[in-house]
Amino acid sequence: MRPFDFVRPNSVAEALAAWEPGAAYLGGGTNLVDLMKTGALRPGRVIDITRLPDLSAIEVAADGSARIGALVRNADLARAAEILRAYPMVAEALLSGASGQLRNAATLGGNLVQHTRCAYFMDAHAACNRRDPGAGCDARGGAADNMAILGHSPACIATNPSDLCVPLVALDASVEIAGPDGGREMPLAAFHMLPGDTPSEATALRPGELIVALHMPPGAADFAHHARYLKVRERTSYAFALVSAAAAFRMEGARIGAARLTLGSVAAKPWRIEEAEDLLAGQMPDDALFARAADAATAGAAPSNDNAWKIELARRTAIRALKMAASGTPDRMPALPASPFGALEAPAHV
Amino acid sequence: MSDTIARPDRFGSNAGQPMTRRDGLAKVTGTATFAADNAREGLLHAVYVPATIARGRVASLRTDAAEAHPGVIRVITPANRPALPGDPEAKPTRFSFAIEVLQDDLVRYAGQPVALVVAETIEAATEGARLVTATYEADPPRTDLDDAPDFGIDTPDFGAPGDVVHGDPEAGHAAASTAIDATYEIAPQYHNAMETHAIVAEWDGDRLLLDTPSQALSMSCAAYAYLFDIPVENVTLRSPYLGGGFGSKAIPNGPLVLAIIAARDLARPVKLMLTRQQMFGPVGHRGQTRQRIRLGADGDGALTVIDHENLAATSSFEMFLEPASNASQGLYAAKALRSRHRGVRLDIGTPGPMRAPGEASGSAVLECAVDEIAEAAGMDPLDFRLKNYAETEPGTGRPYSSKALRECYARGAEAFGWKDRPREPGKMRDEAGLLVGWGMGTAFFPSPMFAAEARATLRADGTAIVETSAADMGQGAWTSLAQIAADSLGLPLDSVEFRSGHSALPDGGVAGGSGHTATAGGALHAAGGNVIRQLGEMAAEQPDSPLFGAGNARLRAHGGRLHVEGDETRSDALVDILARAGKSELVASGKASRPDEDAKRHAMNSHGAVFAEIRVDPDLGQMRVTRLVGAFAAGRIINPRLAESQLKGGMIWGISFALHEEARHDRRTGRIVNADLAEYRVPVNADVRGLEVITVHEDDAYVNALGIKGVGEIGITGTVGAIGNAIHHATGKRFRRFPIRPRDLLAT
Repeated sequence: MRPFDFVRPNSVAEALAAWEPGAAYLGGGTNLVDLMKTGALRPGRVIDITRLPDLSAIEVAADGSARIGALVRNADLARAAEILRAYPMVAEALLSGASGQLRNAATLGGNLVQHTRCAYFMDAHAACNRRDPGAGCDARGGAADNMAILGHSPACIATNPSDLCVPLVALDASVEIAGPDGGREMPLAAFHMLPGDTPSEATALRPGELIVALHMPPGAADFAHHARYLKVRERTSYAFALVSAAAAFRMEGARIGAARLTLGSVAAKPWRIEEAEDLLAGQMPDDALFARAADAATAGAAPSNDNAWKIELARRTAIRALKMAASGTPDRMPALPASPFGALEAPAHV
Repeated sequence: MSDTIARPDRFGSNAGQPMTRRDGLAKVTGTATFAADNAREGLLHAVYVPATIARGRVASLRTDAAEAHPGVIRVITPANRPALPGDPEAKPTRFSFAIEVLQDDLVRYAGQPVALVVAETIEAATEGARLVTATYEADPPRTDLDDAPDFGIDTPDFGAPGDVVHGDPEAGHAAASTAIDATYEIAPQYHNAMETHAIVAEWDGDRLLLDTPSQALSMSCAAYAYLFDIPVENVTLRSPYLGGGFGSKAIPNGPLVLAIIAARDLARPVKLMLTRQQMFGPVGHRGQTRQRIRLGADGDGALTVIDHENLAATSSFEMFLEPASNASQGLYAAKALRSRHRGVRLDIGTPGPMRAPGEASGSAVLECAVDEIAEAAGMDPLDFRLKNYAETEPGTGRPYSSKALRECYARGAEAFGWKDRPREPGKMRDEAGLLVGWGMGTAFFPSPMFAAEARATLRADGTAIVETSAADMGQGAWTSLAQIAADSLGLPLDSVEFRSGHSALPDGGVAGGSGHTATAGGALHAAGGNVIRQLGEMAAEQPDSPLFGAGNARLRAHGGRLHVEGDETRSDALVDILARAGKSELVASGKASRPDEDAKRHAMNSHGAVFAEIRVDPDLGQMRVTRLVGAFAAGRIINPRLAESQLKGGMIWGISFALHEEARHDRRTGRIVNADLAEYRVPVNADVRGLEVITVHEDDAYVNALGIKGVGEIGITGTVGAIGNAIHHATGKRFRRFPIRPRDLLAT
């Protein structure tokens, strides 16, 4: 990798001041360092933010809202009792991702800005508009798995691989950002950008801005009793999703009071489907209803390469996640979180 | 002459015991020194530049930026590469392949080295390699079996399997009342040992010191000696530990030789270690195959023919065809057997032997086909296999040296609960409503033996040193060979210092072909036996020895003493015999190999039966192997703990083969797009449930003096087919491509 400056600020203000064009903030490093090794990313300056104070707290309020510091490690977030209680599908998504070792290192803020797993983005010798604006897109017509079926553009067909962001978007989470021009907060649903003509703008972060926290709104915890994350993948653990879904209900008696449905790994952002949610609200849960909701979820889907199979998989995943949510959040985290095999015997490792 | 080998002591005090790995503590504490752990004074680091096209030539190479990068010492290209005395396309040893060492500007496959950057640090070398810019004249790459014409084999050789025909296949087809005809595709697979290939090379005049993992020390030394035109005794190769080999580390490759070239040119030690991405190219792989298999059976369910055609990929410049269809020879009692091979030349790195080469790919297809025809014939798959059980080797009629396959079937089926299997697919569901399927496959692997030498030295204090250059790939040779060595001298394991993994030691042969324990162990057994025989002769002439005059009496060594067999009261301590003779030590050599006549007289194979249970979520295309039971008969087991571990590892590899492993090429560039362990999938812990290994004891008086058959590769065979058949049993569908992926289930 090319030589780079390494700085380790002691405050958010110092971190922001240390930024320069071409710099990258370093959290757990589980994504950035890999991409620096392949040459896909070549920051001239790496700003290690892991020593910044006050960014590692998890605070859940009585009204169901929460503020979670950007440096909270995935493993800590997933095992925090208040998260498990208030937002169980967030914990389930976290535990379905990566491996124990990676979750110990990866940070919440880093997860929000993790890059696509598109093979052509990671291969510095391939043409990629996301990495190198105007270069073209070798992923189109290529052999990479797992490209988008929703929201893709001629310029880019990459997907966002995050598990965590899927239930967070479903629950209306928002991002607290510090920047050279002051702080701001924005919905996570608007944070990841569809590629359009500018796929290099993967997120709404402006140059030099730093995620400092994530906020859960009041009422997010109201979905805790019927909330599941389901992840379809090519091995039982330690694999990115082919398709995933976060589904949750706030039940009113036997009826669905409010519904949330978001698909993962189908687009450059978590794919929230409000039409499906509207369709579910006020209804009695049943399979036919879920099928209609899933149809709405994939209504605009189109293959981006040899991946038409993924559209039907997304539909089925949505249906299954809705069924799982309807049958209620399990009392305990399944031995295999987010897996259709979750009910099987407890494994020693996930 | 007796037609059995005189039966030696089968189970001594050490062999047969489940001893824990002697190198285990060093490995888990990180103190075991692997090749790349070697640091030397003045060490330089080399990183090569991989081609980004798969076919064509390098039109230009710009190296100025790399050369100007701080820390970079030299950029070696075809234009300035120091001369290599040997021909990189020659075959100095039996297992040699043409290697790519910057001998020209041709690009033969993506990932081929096109330049080498040597620098003071690994970081500078890495960045220097990135700063080398190549332009190419590219031709359209050929990376799939349909991209080039196929060809047949004129002269069978290593890597060029010949066709085999027994009986009359056409008559077999004609006689069949039930027949199946199926074509399977198997994706290319890459070895990906945990330890990537690595070397630390240092020259001292015309003497060469190498630290590099090797499954075949003496052959590797011969190859390096040839390439650099130095006497083979000038090459010292140290390979005490390998982080896995799987066949890939048996054969020297281009990147390793480039590091040796750089070390000589710069007169400094040079280290080169492949990145994970670089493992997908110049260091071998299991070539893609397309296999057509046709089986016929008569009205009684007896096989009339097994007709297996293999189309295998090789590189454009070298020959190694995965000999898949050979797996159909030697197992089932079909009246006619035909195995044919054709090749296709593609713009890929040369394939090579990868754990169970041929048998793994061929068994996957054969066992699925047997399942399919059993179903077509209305028979239980196990009953069908028993109906077609071969009492002698099909085709040749040779007797088996031993074959406890029937017991493997019985014990595996019993442990698995096979009798409760409903014949019809799609009938079993678990408590969560998921489909459950049960499938089985027969495991089969030859029991070869190579040639090896060893030396045993008994010392006056009753300890011994036993030596052979044999390599431990992680399979446990450090332990099991030491057990054999100690038994050969009748000493407790703690009294024996076992030395291995160094080319200056007696030639331990090749750690491959599942023949290492038999081969190197045989040599150790012979060396120790020769020490004991000499001691016996000495004692018989020592008036003070209780064995004085024992003459031709059969003597056995155990517990540090020589005993007259059948008269335990008459014995003498090894050290006392040595002391009376006034010797400080006694040294003897031993050799082992299999006499040709033995190899001709008997068919020698390991056998087994694998039973798989899978759960399938058909809506989501999710599959999970939930139980895998394998019963194996592999002759004498030296160390049950390590043998079981080997067999389990093979069965896990079978899961990997059936459901996960696949390298995917970009058809436009020829590059592999999933060249890392996130996207090139192997099973993780959560994919491996309910694994059970049963070993069935066999006394084999013919296979070799120790009765060892080998367990290194057989676990893969049978397992892949068992999983494919379990998926069929769960879903009612046949999938004719490995790996079987979620999308394949969704497509039906």
